[in-house]
Amino acid sequence: MTEPLVEIDNVTKRFGTFVAVANIQLTIQRGEFLAIMGPSGCGKTTTLRMLAGLEAPSEGDIRLAGTSLLNVPAHLRDTPMVWQSLALFPFLNARENVEFGLKMRGVDKAERRRRALDWLGRLDLADFAERDVGTLSGGQRQRVALARALVTEPRLLLLDEPLSALDASLKVRMQSLMVKLQRDLGITFVYVTHSHAEAFSMADRVVIMSKGQIEQIGTPVEVYRKPASRFVAEFVGASNIFQGIVTGSDGAIATVNTAHGGVRLASTGAIGETITFVVPEDQISIANQAHTDNRMSGTVIGEEFLGAAVRLYVELGGGQEVRLLLGKDAATGQLRPGSPVDLAWKPQAAFVLPR
Amino acid sequence: MTMGSASTWALRFYAALVFAFVFAPIVTAVIFSFDTNRFPSLPMGGLTTHWYELIGGDANVWEAARISLVVSVTSAVLATIIGFGGAYTDFRYNFVGKSLFLGLALLPPTIPLIIMAVAMLGWFANFNLSGQVISIVIAHTVLTAPFAMAVIRLRLNQMDPSLEAAAWNMGASEWRAMREVIIPFTLPAIISALCLTAAVSFDEFAIAWFVSGLNKTIPVFILEIFTGNVDPRVNAIGSFVFLTSVTLIVVSQLLLMQRSKPAGAA
Repeated sequence: MTEPLVEIDNVTKRFGTFVAVANIQLTIQRGEFLAIMGPSGCGKTTTLRMLAGLEAPSEGDIRLAGTSLLNVPAHLRDTPMVWQSLALFPFLNARENVEFGLKMRGVDKAERRRRALDWLGRLDLADFAERDVGTLSGGQRQRVALARALVTEPRLLLLDEPLSALDASLKVRMQSLMVKLQRDLGITFVYVTHSHAEAFSMADRVVIMSKGQIEQIGTPVEVYRKPASRFVAEFVGASNIFQGIVTGSDGAIATVNTAHGGVRLASTGAIGETITFVVPEDQISIANQAHTDNRMSGTVIGEEFLGAAVRLYVELGGGQEVRLLLGKDAATGQLRPGSPVDLAWKPQAAFVLPR
Repeated sequence: MTMGSASTWALRFYAALVFAFVFAPIVTAVIFSFDTNRFPSLPMGGLTTHWYELIGGDANVWEAARISLVVSVTSAVLATIIGFGGAYTDFRYNFVGKSLFLGLALLPPTIPLIIMAVAMLGWFANFNLSGQVISIVIAHTVLTAPFAMAVIRLRLNQMDPSLEAAAWNMGASEWRAMREVIIPFTLPAIISALCLTAAVSFDEFAIAWFVSGLNKTIPVFILEIFTGNVDPRVNAIGSFVFLTSVTLIVVSQLLLMQRSKPAGAA
């Protein structure tokens, strides 16, 4: 077992009476791509800034490779960051921006230049080295910012929503570039974002935060398939969240009474207990005679054509909306907005959220 | 269309009138500084550089110019340093009483000059500083530092606050970040502030007249000529002062306008 690169140990950060980060515990492995996500104000950026030394924890300890960082000022930490605003120096050209970290470390001029040009070349910016950063496109500036952070070849790279200003296709390209860089260099990436799509497509592990606390840590698949709370389920875009009271149980399969009828699902909940469960959108189908499973009736609201699939939106009453993902061959022809529809899903498909 | 262009022309004419009104006295002074007549009157007697030769040969003029130069350069440098400190404090820190700090820091130009001049005179007398060049320097520094602070604050407000943190993040100590990031970023405003404060000091009469003693600056010297009699030398010196001030202000404005250009990170 290798020693973790970063240990965030019972860290709390308060700004006056506001608790931005509440007693979090997190270890980050060497060479890992870790995404920290959550809605704005959840404490993710504060956590990142504490790693960089731009904020000091109110309580707890942060260790890098076993050594406490608490008394190490920001400029001696070697934890470069890629900023949401990019924070490129407007009075320096692309090469001088990349050289900045080396200059601060006293690397001599020729060596600095060589290494900066090398990095600009690796990120396809060789022709733009002497350009003012103001004249570069968004994607080019983004890569200058990456090169500037990576030129010192740190153990840990911090990224604070670096892609939020880019358009969708550029974002996807930058994502694969970052994943490739991370794999090739073996540098640990800590990536803060509010977008679960970004986090899931790049990260080895994701941390979901809410109100200063960690809601769940896991691989993207774990978090997506087994959200630890209703908050996580909603945050990662799960729809089809139901609540009901257990009315019967044989130990493995429980009978649950919901606002939309009785259903059977895999749960060990005791009789009388209120449970919350999720039925993934690809596990629900349109009911036909053959189905003997759980059924729910509703009214079609509309459909979304996704190319290879169709997403159907159904209203069950009481404001409960259900989404289901159907293959493009699904006969949705006679399902118009307003049509009644019966839905079916298997007891094993539902996932009960922990309390 | 016709309406539009008519009102455009009316507006241009109005603007021209305003400029004429503002600049007519100065233009007149410049023109008559080349007039051969002893008393400025039309028609002009003829062109001459006599008055310029006269002031060029006058040691008192040179002495006043020297003092004005020393005072304006020194107080501009001091005022810009103090103004930068105030502006950076405002940019970087939040503290109890910050609005009071800003109010006090920006106060001096709102005090009537004559009151400030009398107060300075009385105050300097306590330290045996009255009538010395350094007293004009101190007084002008107090007067102009708020201008420098205002100009530099504007520039700092346009800076992405992450820039400084980014410098620390990449290994710059606070002093290094100041040198490598804050100062280069604010440099246009710093130079602009230097020009502006130098111009204000160079033109300032009331305070200089009270505290200068025998060390006369150019504006004080002009007044002394005037109190004696009407003398075309005033026009010549005035033209020279005007040219100096205008140059400084124009340079300052050009540097200020640079800000509107894109500053890089969007």
